[in-house]
Amino acid sequence: MERTIRVLVAKPGLDGHDRGAKVIARALRDAGMEVVYTGLRQTPEQIVQAAVQEDVDVIAMSILSGAHNHLFPRVTELLAEKKVDDVLVIGGGVIPEGDYEFLKSKGIAAIFGPGTPTGTTVEFIRTHLKR
Amino acid sequence: MGDRGAPDPEGVVALIRAGDARTIARAITRAESADPGVEAALRLLHRHTGKAHVVGVTGPPGSGKSTLVDKLVKAYRERGLKVGVVAVDPSSPYTGGAVLGDRIRMQGRALDEGVFIRSLATRGSLGGLSKACAETVRILDAAGYERIVIETVGVGQSEVDIVKLADSVILVSVPGLGDDIQAIKAGVMEIGDVFVVNKADRDGADRVVREIRAMLETAWVNTGAGARAIASGGAHHAASPANTAAGAGTAGAQEEDPHAFLAKLPPVLKTVAETGEGVEPLVDAIEAHRAKLLESGQLESRRKSNAAAELKAALAARVLARLEAGPAGAELLKLAGELATRERDLYDALETLEEILSSSGSPLAGQSGASPEQAGD
Repeated sequence: MERTIRVLVAKPGLDGHDRGAKVIARALRDAGMEVVYTGLRQTPEQIVQAAVQEDVDVIAMSILSGAHNHLFPRVTELLAEKKVDDVLVIGGGVIPEGDYEFLKSKGIAAIFGPGTPTGTTVEFIRTHLKR
Repeated sequence: MGDRGAPDPEGVVALIRAGDARTIARAITRAESADPGVEAALRLLHRHTGKAHVVGVTGPPGSGKSTLVDKLVKAYRERGLKVGVVAVDPSSPYTGGAVLGDRIRMQGRALDEGVFIRSLATRGSLGGLSKACAETVRILDAAGYERIVIETVGVGQSEVDIVKLADSVILVSVPGLGDDIQAIKAGVMEIGDVFVVNKADRDGADRVVREIRAMLETAWVNTGAGARAIASGGAHHAASPANTAAGAGTAGAQEEDPHAFLAKLPPVLKTVAETGEGVEPLVDAIEAHRAKLLESGQLESRRKSNAAAELKAALAARVLARLEAGPAGAELLKLAGELATRERDLYDALETLEEILSSSGSPLAGQSGASPEQAGD
């Protein structure tokens, strides 16, 4: 059965712009995916609620403000609380490489830093879906 | 709800009716991808639907539909009603991808358990909705959402599928889109039950209101009702002048105030969705329309004609899918080639296919459960 991949592109925290998130949204769209975009300043609770209602395969979060070590794990915690175990969670934005391991240990499957070709993200999603 | 394996339909229905968000969401996904595994649950679900009032919000891109829907939902929540939202945005005709951005304006409702918002991509449908809209509405209906607001894609002039799904259609206009000839063209401007001029703090809002009113008054004088009422086979408004005197808009109204009919026209309201101004009167107007539909029996007749349209479309899709999967499928491709090279004409090709259909008995015979997606390849 052909099922369209659905992705929630979300901006947790207090970033002032979402240029990068929009570039990613557009790239995923051009790769044939359906992208639910929810805009700036989302709380982890809002992100998880939207992910559940939209039944997405992937949550792709972008963050520039430096709060990633707090906000990204909060999203995976809330997913676990709701027993959602089939959503792939990835991150991007301005994140020091030294934080990658910590985030991966918290269930963020991959981090895509500035300059990552969008095709890399698309390919990662296609090959790591959990359902 | 487990995703792996075939879900147990009774269990799925029970969870949907209990309002379980994951089960509701997954059922919508399955309906959208025409997953045969969800059909049994949808069958059982059907008898639990029909309670919600379905409100369609349509209008051109950028007219403020999402913001208005957000404010409508807020107002309905304040009245204690649970609200489902189905927000449709277009799919790319080239990649099939889509950016669904309606939630951006609806984040104020994000954590309210009495609100369920689902974004759908059109996936090839051209009428302003998605094929799975009707099933999505039924799933939310069965889940206990009492008002279901459908936001169509931004429409141009002829995307009117929303009338086949909504009980009340809200047509959103904004100042500055064109002159008054736009208001007398056929199509989208005919389908409103309630008209809204949004962004009414901008110049020209009153002119748009006047143009829409003039359009509605003319339609009344010419036909005795809105075009939609004629299409759905009943008098939309109880006593219209043209119903009482054929062909004369004034004859039947001699005894009464010649302007009395104005009160029966669909309301035209001004809103500023951004600030919420005018939203309460809009909700009142929708609820008044609902009351009128219930009182006049028109709700039932509208739903009957909508069900007939849905059934016909589903039947056509199924017959075509099964036809393509069978022996006539190969013949169809061959005929198409001959059409392109001008060896045959359209009517000749159709006759050939009709012969195949009638000689093989039912076109549905002998094919097992091929979904349109599988058969289309």
